[in-house]
Amino acid sequence: MNQQVKPVKTDFKYVGTRPIRPDGPDKVTGRAKYGADLNLPGMLFGHIVRSPHAHARIKSIDFTEALKLPGVLATMCADDLPDPGDRILPGAEIEMKLKDISPIIMARDKVLFHAQAVAAVAATSASLAAEAAKLVRVEYEVLPHVLDVHAAMRDDAPLLHNDMFTQGMNPPPTTPSNLSVDFTMDMGDLAAGFAEADVVVERTYRVPMCHQGYIEPHAAVARTDGNGRVEIWCCTQGHFMVRSMTAEITGIELGKIKVIASEIGGGFGGKTTVYGEPVAAVLALKSGRPVKIVMSREEVFRATGPVSSAETRVRIGAKNDGTITAIETDILMESGAYSSSPIMPSTMFAAACYRCANMRSRGREVLTNKAKVWAYRAPGAPQSIMAVECAINEVAERLGMDPIDLRLKNAVEEGDVPLFGLPFLAIGLKKALQEAKNHPHYRAPLQANQGRGVAAAFWINAGMQSSATINVAADGSLHVLTGNPDIGGSRASMALLAAEVLGIPVETVHPSVVDTDSVGYCDTTGGSRTTLATGGAVIQAAEMLVAELCKRAAAIWNVNFDDVEWSDGKAIARIGADLENLMEGTAAAASAPKVLTLAELAAMAGATGGPLCAVATLHAHNAQPAFAVNICDAAVDRETGKVDILRYTCIQDAGKAVHPAYVEGQMQGGAVQGIGWALNEEYIYNEKGELDNAGFLDYRIPVASDLPMIDTVIVEVPNPLHPFGIRGVGEVPICPPMPAVVTAVNQAAGVRVCDLPLTPPKLLAAIDAA
Amino acid sequence: MSTQKKTHVSTTINGEPCEFLCEPQQILSDVLRTNLNMTGTKEGCTTGDCGACSVILDGALVCSCLVLAVEAENRSIETIEGIAEDGKLHPIQQKLLEHAALQCGICTPGVVIASKVLLEKNPDPSEEQVRYWLAGNLCRCTGYDKIIRAVLDAGAVMRGEARS
Repeated sequence: MNQQVKPVKTDFKYVGTRPIRPDGPDKVTGRAKYGADLNLPGMLFGHIVRSPHAHARIKSIDFTEALKLPGVLATMCADDLPDPGDRILPGAEIEMKLKDISPIIMARDKVLFHAQAVAAVAATSASLAAEAAKLVRVEYEVLPHVLDVHAAMRDDAPLLHNDMFTQGMNPPPTTPSNLSVDFTMDMGDLAAGFAEADVVVERTYRVPMCHQGYIEPHAAVARTDGNGRVEIWCCTQGHFMVRSMTAEITGIELGKIKVIASEIGGGFGGKTTVYGEPVAAVLALKSGRPVKIVMSREEVFRATGPVSSAETRVRIGAKNDGTITAIETDILMESGAYSSSPIMPSTMFAAACYRCANMRSRGREVLTNKAKVWAYRAPGAPQSIMAVECAINEVAERLGMDPIDLRLKNAVEEGDVPLFGLPFLAIGLKKALQEAKNHPHYRAPLQANQGRGVAAAFWINAGMQSSATINVAADGSLHVLTGNPDIGGSRASMALLAAEVLGIPVETVHPSVVDTDSVGYCDTTGGSRTTLATGGAVIQAAEMLVAELCKRAAAIWNVNFDDVEWSDGKAIARIGADLENLMEGTAAAASAPKVLTLAELAAMAGATGGPLCAVATLHAHNAQPAFAVNICDAAVDRETGKVDILRYTCIQDAGKAVHPAYVEGQMQGGAVQGIGWALNEEYIYNEKGELDNAGFLDYRIPVASDLPMIDTVIVEVPNPLHPFGIRGVGEVPICPPMPAVVTAVNQAAGVRVCDLPLTPPKLLAAIDAA
Repeated sequence: MSTQKKTHVSTTINGEPCEFLCEPQQILSDVLRTNLNMTGTKEGCTTGDCGACSVILDGALVCSCLVLAVEAENRSIETIEGIAEDGKLHPIQQKLLEHAALQCGICTPGVVIASKVLLEKNPDPSEEQVRYWLAGNLCRCTGYDKIIRAVLDAGAVMRGEARS
């Protein structure tokens, strides 16, 4: 563990302020270049041929007719990619087998979901490429498919992978099945815990498959230099990830790939993998021309990482005084066609907010003939936390206890050991709960047909590897280079962190996100890690720079390094009485200038040792959890079942909010994504396994008129392991909204609907039945 | 389809005369972005559902993905590239920055265009009017809170009631 020895900094000059983000002007004027915004001379357009079946064997692929069209210059299919065998993808956030990724790029032998990529063509215009794609003849042997997790677990279910043996079972099964994972975590004595309880609540909640819903479709442009080197421009959460995954999938040497991250139009976890990038690279190599592949919105919905549905049975026991005695969760999570769901975090973190001696959590992952799922903001946690938090509210109701008081009574704090085993250090759950309880929102009166829901949530946060380079220009301006795509204002944070260490105005710090050739390795922007880990590298590099600047000043003044200190952007020689006594008679000390500014030192760099530059790399093991509490007021129209969100408040422990406006933005955005998931958003498949709502009209994410203002309260309990006390902030905001909304809506309607989303027809049916 | 001859279109973009050749079926957003390299106008869906491609066509707010490029003949188009004048940001752009009302920024050009049309039609909208007017501009990052505040604030600046 990289335990912090220095005390956590608590007095800040720049961190905690709200400057305009450096990339802002380009983004409000349309100058910023996103994935689909690059056009190169001679560029071809790629188009993907997709499976019309949910499950089928590919018998043959024939490009003859497509290639007859003038202007069609290259084609590809899985034959152009190396066999993934049993290779494990290096560097992935969670362990991934290449054979679970490569067939998403191009299906091998079988297609396992409707719209899976089967082949691709590249042509001189987008319309020509689309026309050519229709002429690619693919022969299929259609196989029976399965779309429901319960049906998929039956013995007679169509088998997706004949080499899929359930992991986590003891003894291991001898026959393959669609149940890919089945594991249980235990603590204490569950039966004894329930025996102690005066009240036991048991429910099963269902959360639907949804989509991350980023507004920018995936886009990539690849070009080659004619000598085997490939350059890829794309919108991604991690261009180093694109480099390694493209190398693994295509067999192109990693060292010959350079990836440039464009601006990114949203990701939320959905852009932590590749889709068109390896295809564009192969087509570019085959054609010798730049190739651009832009997904349509329909392709994004049908064929990119949707989000696991989950069915969670929860059982909670409590004493009359509110002490929770037992918590059991059993989560059935859908992974789509390949094993890749976040069943582990979902299982481990379901009840991480509560101190309870007796816990059990079982997680099962099931494959179905749907698009392979991928990460979405705090992957897996919202689904299981949804069930636990609703049950906690029901326990409070049964005990006649205030739901925040019940949580305060059982909330984890420093020293508690959760089910996943890592003892908590200083954490902000109780403080956040107290803030919620004291908030005027919590005391505001409710009217008829209105309800109020509260929920708390935990997320682990990631650290991982990051690098940063800081160059000082001749005028003393700072140029901070990092390798994490700026998905929500991280350049502003990097600038603030460097400004803080150097003590210079943030406007003189110029942060850039640079390509894979131009900065040290950085893991993907994800896991709420960028400000913590990449920001940590920026802090380290800035500290190294300060040391170097002091060294230069010491040399100029001919004094000891220890006698120079850095303060407010200046080197200062501590030539006071003490020092003069120490260095009595030295001419240099007597005549030395007392102060050198960063700009002065920068101007003299050539004469004092060369350019000023600092590079820091780290593997951050100092991530610490985030906690959030939400309060939601909802009204239900008993005639139509329509829900209105009346008031919404988010409280979150940020550790230290580097740029508070962007922390608030994460809280507000996450809350609204959760509101959408609770009320509107769901994947609707027809019997053939085709997604019926593959567009923003029918897959309805919240719009401005659906919502009230989203109030925020930032709590700051510093992360004791981080030099500036920073925790991650990006993911936990999506964890509490679903249970807060569901509790408010059910209370408003006087019903208990456990099957999300809470659409008007479902609510009306429940109201009518009640 | 692709073997058809291209069509010649004469139009005005951001006050400047502009001529282009396009395929007859090409949508305006695609021609702006691909043929004219004016990529400030974004495409999030090409079905008129997300508003990222908003432009002003003869004074009216439209999704440029629902307009055929050939329909631009003899019309006047305003795009995001023409909103800042002489290098000075429009109050809407300035307020979006000050309120940190963008995270990824992909919806921002569309929000700027739609808000400009709103504030020209209704210089003093209520919060509810802003919310309904911008209901066609999807934002997945912000939860809209800061966008709504920025537009209301920009309206105040344009009315001379608040500092720019």
